[in-house]
Amino acid sequence: MRPMRPRPSTLALLLLMLATAAFAATLLDAAVPREQREAELNATRALVARLGLTDLALFTEARYTRHPSQADLHSAFQDHPLALEHFPTGSLLPPPRYEIVVRETALPD
Amino acid sequence: MIELAGIRKAFNQGQHNEYWALNGIDLAIEANKVTALRGPSGSGKTTLLTLVGCLARPTEGRVRLKGEDISGLPERFLTDIRRRTFGFVFQQFNLIKGLSALDNIILPAYPTGEPRRELLERAEALLARLNLGHRREAKVEWLSGGEQQRVAICRALINDPEALIADEPTANLDTHLAKEFMAILEGLAGEGRTILLTSHDPLVTESAVVDRGVEMRDGQIVDDR
Amino acid sequence: MKLWFEKQRYLIDFTLASMARRKARNLGLLGVYTVLVFVLASVALYTHALRVEAAKVLAASPEVILQRLVAGRHDLIPPGYLEKVGRIRGVQKKEGRLWGYYYDAVVKANYTFMVPNDASIAKGEIVVGPALERSRGLAAGNGISFRSYSGKLHTFIVASVLPQASEIASADLVLMHEEDFRAFFDYPVGHYTDIALSVANPLEVRNVALKLAAALPDSRPILRDEVLRTYASIFDWREGIVLALLSAAILAFGILAWEKASGLSADEKREIGILKAIGWETGDIIKMKFWEGLLISLTAFLAGFVAAYLHVFYFAATLFEPVLKGWAVLYPEFRLTPHIDGLQVATLFFFTVFPYAAAVLAPIWKAAITDPDAVMRG
Repeated sequence: MRPMRPRPSTLALLLLMLATAAFAATLLDAAVPREQREAELNATRALVARLGLTDLALFTEARYTRHPSQADLHSAFQDHPLALEHFPTGSLLPPPRYEIVVRETALPD
Repeated sequence: MIELAGIRKAFNQGQHNEYWALNGIDLAIEANKVTALRGPSGSGKTTLLTLVGCLARPTEGRVRLKGEDISGLPERFLTDIRRRTFGFVFQQFNLIKGLSALDNIILPAYPTGEPRRELLERAEALLARLNLGHRREAKVEWLSGGEQQRVAICRALINDPEALIADEPTANLDTHLAKEFMAILEGLAGEGRTILLTSHDPLVTESAVVDRGVEMRDGQIVDDR
Repeated sequence: MKLWFEKQRYLIDFTLASMARRKARNLGLLGVYTVLVFVLASVALYTHALRVEAAKVLAASPEVILQRLVAGRHDLIPPGYLEKVGRIRGVQKKEGRLWGYYYDAVVKANYTFMVPNDASIAKGEIVVGPALERSRGLAAGNGISFRSYSGKLHTFIVASVLPQASEIASADLVLMHEEDFRAFFDYPVGHYTDIALSVANPLEVRNVALKLAAALPDSRPILRDEVLRTYASIFDWREGIVLALLSAAILAFGILAWEKASGLSADEKREIGILKAIGWETGDIIKMKFWEGLLISLTAFLAGFVAAYLHVFYFAATLFEPVLKGWAVLYPEFRLTPHIDGLQVATLFFFTVFPYAAAVLAPIWKAAITDPDAVMRG
């Protein structure tokens, strides 16, 4: 008999096994503790504590996207309730949701 | 080997186009013999073939295989019996396009989960026997009509069935190839396999290989000799 | 067991061979499928990691920020207000914060000017965030002039640049001395932007906030818990435009997959008839088709997910940058610590693998229960 060509199922199962292994590797990779990253994170946290920062500097194009937690309650519609969203990130940031308790006792704004 | 008793078969039963393809058939097919069903198209030959081969169930009547009533068995058992007992050679060959000759031949054995090595050995033996060894890797659509039929025969034999069922085996072949087919048939009959075929080709029906001819018309047997 | 395994391999062999006959179509489908999983998984991984990062980093931010509102808008804290807050039990420390926004016309970017409360910066000097280092080419010792809103030019010396590792929180910061800040913005003496309060006992925070709101009706306390909650919901991926844009793609894929999976061509129907005639059971055919669905969807899921993981955590989510950057000129460069949310992955798995496998099986059932003699009747 002549040499057999590899069966398609062998290749497919091999590929599937490989992909599963890679998938497992990502799970493992995510679970591995990273000392350097931890240290950096601690440094960032220290900076946040020192400066009293309240928000991440992810979107700097507008006041309400730079500091979403500090923005006015209607900040997503900055100037007029019908104003269109200027910035694409605006749609990533819903207006902050505050708890009813505090809101009720706060200003009826 | 197979006995049919009071067989009737309807298509589209209960609908306006209801049609009785078989209308009262009593027939016993003996083991190790070559039986040919003759008759014009529409006479019910092929339908009878499907009943014998457990491809379909009769509307009325009983099918007994080796004395055992199989007409009421659920599909799973019927399929199992069919796989072990019958090999089919269809008129249009019904090979699966895109697969090689070899892959087509071993296809009926897939559900058995038999080790591939043994399966391939058997397939190779069959290919060699039918002078197809050199075409084993060829995709079936590249094969000639005669080669396709031989692949179909190999496929029918891969599970080593007791009976071979062939529907109009020579309808798509020229005289030379038809004679070749009859030669193959003779070889198989010589092995003691039960063979049942339909044909209205005199080359088949008048052949010395055929032990028994059954003439059909309008869903009934009109001549048996 | 061995028999079972061998049988499944046969079924896989067959289904692969029949898929190979429609190679372009199946590969195309696999490709689109993988890309779809890739984008979905990227969004999921990215937002989850960002949420975790935000929660960790912002855990150190002040417990309560007190804003004053005038006509529903944030206003300055006037002199004496800090005293009015008075002694509230549980408040460890209260201090006025000074910060504001500055638009730099040179690079068309917004900066956050801020005064650190520890008076660590000398007059005339500034400490800048890493994004400024990049956009303005600043380094320690450089001088830089900003034109204030009153039109005057102020020149500062860069004392240092904040560490890059903390960029996610500090990219656009310009830290300066209090006097410089007040002079630059013409900020009236004694006024503050808002008030930061430290509360030692986390259980007290809510009470403190209620007392503050009662004592100062024009104030609005913002609790750290709320901030964290805000961040938890901000990146709710369902709300992202990525998803909104994607929904069209998902729909298109759905149609494609349904068309591909659920429509049985005449050829396929004939094939199923042949298989049944030569001894395959209905169950075998369904299993064979199930493998087809599983192979495609599982491969797409695994490949898409792994690619997304690499994209987000090892290539800094490069493909998302344009979307997340928005119109901002300054964008923090940061690496996210890999985090995987098991539930998220499971959800993704369920919604990508399952529907396809089901869509493949649905029509097969109909075809597979047809009588095997159909091929003979032709």
